[in-house]
Amino acid sequence: MTTAIRSRAVPRTGVDWFLTVMRTGLSFFFISGVVLFLLQQIDPQNPIAGVLNPDATGLTADQLEGLVISGLSQGAMYGLIALGYSMVYGVLGFINFAHGEVFMVGAMTGMITSNKLEEAGIWEDAFPVALVFIILVAIVCSTATAVIMERVAYRPLRGSPRLIPLITSIGVSFLIQNISIVLLGPGAKSYPSLPDWLSQKRTILFLEIEGTKMMVVLVAAISMAGLWYLVERTKTGKAMRAVAEDKEIASLMGIDVNRTIVTTFAVGGAMAGVAGILWGILFRSVIHTTGFLPGIKAFSAAVVGGIGNLGGAMAGGLTLGSAESLAPLMVLEPWGVNGVSQLRDAVAFLVLIFVLLVKPTGLFGERLSAEDRA
Amino acid sequence: MSERLLTIDNLSVTFGGLHALRNLDFHVDKGEIVSVIGPNGAGKTTFFNMISGMVAPTEGDIVFKGESLVGLDPNQVTARGIARTFQNVRLFANMTILENVMVAQHCRTKQGVFGSLFNTEAFKEEEAEIREWGEKVLGFFGSRLVGYRLDQPASVLSYANRRRLEVARAMATRPEVILLDEPVAGMNPKESEELTGLIGKLRDDWGFTIVIIEHDMGVVRDVSDRVVVLDHGETIAQGSYQEVSTNPDVIEAYLGRPAEEAS
Amino acid sequence: MSTTEETTEILPSRDALDQDWRKVGNHGLLLGLALIFVSLANMPVSLDTRTIIEPLLSMGYLSLIWIPVVMGFVVSSEKVLEGIAYHDKGAREVAAGGLVGLIGGLGLSLLVILLDTFNLRDPLVNWSPALLELLHFDNGIGFGVVIWPVIGSGLGLFGGALHVLPSVARTVVGWIVGAVLVVAVFETVIMDLLTERLPFEFITDWFYFIRGGLSQQGAITVAIIGGALGYLRVLGQRGVVPTPVQNYKQLAGPERARANTLVIIACGIATAILPLLLGRITNELLANVGLFVLLALGLNIVVGLAGILDLGYVAFFAVGGYATAILTSPNRGESWPDWMPQSHWFVALIVVILFAILTGLFIGAPVIRMRGDYLAIVTLGFGEIIRLLFLSDWLGGYTGGAQGVTNIPGVDLGFVEIKGTDPRAVFYLVAVFCAIAIYVSWRLENSRLGRAWMAIREDESVAEAMGINTVNAKLMAFVVGAVLASFSGAIFAAKVGSVFPTSFIILVSIVILVVVIVGGMGNILGVIAGAAVLIGVLGGPKQPGLLAEFSEFKLLIYGALLIFMMLKRPEGLVPNVRRTRELHQDEFLQDAWLRSQVDADEEDGAPSGEVAPA
Repeated sequence: MTTAIRSRAVPRTGVDWFLTVMRTGLSFFFISGVVLFLLQQIDPQNPIAGVLNPDATGLTADQLEGLVISGLSQGAMYGLIALGYSMVYGVLGFINFAHGEVFMVGAMTGMITSNKLEEAGIWEDAFPVALVFIILVAIVCSTATAVIMERVAYRPLRGSPRLIPLITSIGVSFLIQNISIVLLGPGAKSYPSLPDWLSQKRTILFLEIEGTKMMVVLVAAISMAGLWYLVERTKTGKAMRAVAEDKEIASLMGIDVNRTIVTTFAVGGAMAGVAGILWGILFRSVIHTTGFLPGIKAFSAAVVGGIGNLGGAMAGGLTLGSAESLAPLMVLEPWGVNGVSQLRDAVAFLVLIFVLLVKPTGLFGERLSAEDRA
Repeated sequence: MSERLLTIDNLSVTFGGLHALRNLDFHVDKGEIVSVIGPNGAGKTTFFNMISGMVAPTEGDIVFKGESLVGLDPNQVTARGIARTFQNVRLFANMTILENVMVAQHCRTKQGVFGSLFNTEAFKEEEAEIREWGEKVLGFFGSRLVGYRLDQPASVLSYANRRRLEVARAMATRPEVILLDEPVAGMNPKESEELTGLIGKLRDDWGFTIVIIEHDMGVVRDVSDRVVVLDHGETIAQGSYQEVSTNPDVIEAYLGRPAEEAS
Repeated sequence: MSTTEETTEILPSRDALDQDWRKVGNHGLLLGLALIFVSLANMPVSLDTRTIIEPLLSMGYLSLIWIPVVMGFVVSSEKVLEGIAYHDKGAREVAAGGLVGLIGGLGLSLLVILLDTFNLRDPLVNWSPALLELLHFDNGIGFGVVIWPVIGSGLGLFGGALHVLPSVARTVVGWIVGAVLVVAVFETVIMDLLTERLPFEFITDWFYFIRGGLSQQGAITVAIIGGALGYLRVLGQRGVVPTPVQNYKQLAGPERARANTLVIIACGIATAILPLLLGRITNELLANVGLFVLLALGLNIVVGLAGILDLGYVAFFAVGGYATAILTSPNRGESWPDWMPQSHWFVALIVVILFAILTGLFIGAPVIRMRGDYLAIVTLGFGEIIRLLFLSDWLGGYTGGAQGVTNIPGVDLGFVEIKGTDPRAVFYLVAVFCAIAIYVSWRLENSRLGRAWMAIREDESVAEAMGINTVNAKLMAFVVGAVLASFSGAIFAAKVGSVFPTSFIILVSIVILVVVIVGGMGNILGVIAGAAVLIGVLGGPKQPGLLAEFSEFKLLIYGALLIFMMLKRPEGLVPNVRRTRELHQDEFLQDAWLRSQVDADEEDGAPSGEVAPA
């Protein structure tokens, strides 16, 4: 099979010219936005900074720190979801569009369980135990969702034209959202409030961090470490990597490809389940569409980090989370855009488009089998 | 001496440190049939991919009729008059046989949305013209691709007929040079003998210049004016079939076996 | 199938107890879960208000009882492979259906007991006494627990028995059920058609009950007619009675072309006359269906012909809507300069087309070289970006932000103004544009560009090597799709009289995609049928359909339908021959291989090369 590998250095057609203009334009937009922001930070009276947006006030150190921390904590969550996209893409070469819904299932089960625990009085009294419990329940439910999804919707489609499983996964995503509506109702539901000792701000070294955000990053780091151990150090992980490289050869080497694919979905589901709880803790509110935007953003994170690359997925998540949190104020505001916080989601998509235009293999390089690279 | 059509100058390509082709020099004159042979993995298909623009060379130049092809998209290369077939038969299997050869004339036609929407005279003329040319190139293979077959999908064809349709599709692009990638692979002796004869006709009657990759030494002996031998991405011999087949380097490249048995 | 019977041996039917117990158990459990899910999704309760046959059957109970029948049938249906002997259907199949139904019914019994004992209303919003009452038919828990296994096994037995029935009877039963359902579902339309302008009250009085649903005598009549039609069809299939379809298929050349012209003219006349006979509500429905037909035809060019999965298709709809709104409304955002005139809809339409082309190029250019699945996500991103921009304060001065643009005038034709209050006029406008879209799709499919799209869909890198400028061809698909969608947007703006960012959510893209896929990718007729069935019966993302009671469940059904179609029938309801081949590649390759063997035999000794032209 011939893969089209071409150098794209010299623009030739009209489209190439347009893309070059777009790449340059977007880069210029991002960079000059940041430069303007920095100028403004250094000296608010700076005449250059005021040209585009005279009303801009810049950020105080505290605000900046807050933005970075909330960006990173959300980014850690995106990273966890991104792992599922990345692993499935690595192994099966298709975007499991419904992975965001697996995450939503995690958040929903967490909501139900934690509310039941609160009724029973355990939530307040023994929070760490309750937390571990809801994480476990969420992992079980999300994993089950992911595995059933693979079995029912994706396995029969193995080997069909590329877009078919993708369209199916859109259907799955749609179905799960609407199952949540008809069973649990369409309204937003909230988590019980967190104990005070957790939501307080505390100073660690020289940073002042809310306990919840710290915990989110911590839980994400632990999960990531667990995953890394699984993939790099165990037999299962070796099988997963082998299947990702070449399914046929792997099966010739005595690896049960179907089981490995199920494991991949299960592990991705578990990570999404953990991320669901983290969402609940960060935002304390879930609704059936909760999975949609974070799902797409997490996919973007996976692409930004280089699809198929697990470390990349996590790094991509952190990058995207911080970009989404910082870029509206650091790039858009200096350019004179008002109401920037409304454009957070647009920024996330813009980052995806930008990365795909400038470096389609992601910041840390993709890892795909030869058949999927075409 | 006849006109020099395609010149390849010091061409190299590397895939992540691996030299697929190294410092290759090559040329084709108008009206020649040149065979490219070599053991598996010698870089023959990469060579074709590079000429047709599917792979960009790392170094060197490809000049066709005085114009460099480096950096052009495959469709631009085809538009300039170089068509190809594929080793592993890649037809548009769900399009009809006639559509396969009609779509190949894309770069020779220009009717756009406007013409097709308003069914202009120019549109009708063009459709009739490409249909006619399509039937003509299909007719080159006798009766087996025409008649009731025209409106059948390519997927119903037998293996040998698919190979033939691939050649017809390349002819349909109205090229000057046709690159044939193992055209007789998988055919039985009778079919391959027939196709060998047709390759000669392609040059004699249709005026195409032909570069052919082939493992079947019988075919190579019968059709080629000149043979180029590649091994490990390098040219190790060049000349008439006689010269090449007695060249010790070539024999060594084929692991010491005489070239005749290498197929 | 007809050929398989000759070569395949049929073994005698098996004993009732000779079951694949595991399979029966699995299907039973699945049935139980499905029944419990449907109950907890509140379908029985909220659809109970819609009667099918007064007073025997409501949509609510129907939502439960069809499942055991289908499961009872499915459990023993198996693929018949050529050359492999199979057992005749008999007692075993009926028994399996009954058992599956029994297990499923026990599931509902369990639910009845649970509903009575626990209160899980907290997470499960539909855990209600109303559901419990409905499940035990107001007759107490004991009755409910006992009755469901009985009903379940009865329905399951019926499902299983379908295997045993001769195929004539099966077709007739199918037609009876279908006819009753169709006549019941299309009640509003039929009532409207027969009574609004035409004096056929006596017919509707006979068929329908006063407060909705078929009357018993009506149901029996419909069943008889349906059964008779089904029987006729069987006769037609066996060649006993000539059918119009078969006659048509036998036509060839100019005769066929003439028949086609006749059919098209007939459709045109029907489209022109039908709205005159219909009332407001039905015309409104038709107009909505038309808008989605237009959108779906556009997406069909992009997805069906060129094979590009564009999930941000709604962006073009939005651009069309907003551009029309801003150009024609006096109430546009305050940042526009005063000198900008308020133009007529047709003038605006020209600008809309230009904008659509530009947007198509702008969105298309960056994504065109991406892998198909990345392209899907990125276009989805673009769709969201455009909506977010329309919504934002930043452009709020131009687009009205969340308040949108209101007071959009209708289309003034001089003698009549087409606007939302006159759905009939809107329908005519939509129909004209649909006709344009159909013509465009049809012409392009059989042109140089259409062939290039097909080639790209089949194998992009070969298409490029054969001289097709894939980038330009794909961009053209984007642009043509964008223009058709923008037409729909322009009509939408004039019809509704206002545009808001919430009218252009991603959901719209997905619903259109479902319409195209259910109808049949790459097939004009299929896409129209898909839009009519889905949007007309179930309703669009915000527009109610004939089954207004289904509004809570329509998206659920869309999702399920999308998965089902992809798994079982990816070519859609009305398949495009080419697409079908592509999607069932394996089977076709096998067939082709068989045929090529025959070919090769034929060819041996065939003269060759002698016709080569000079």
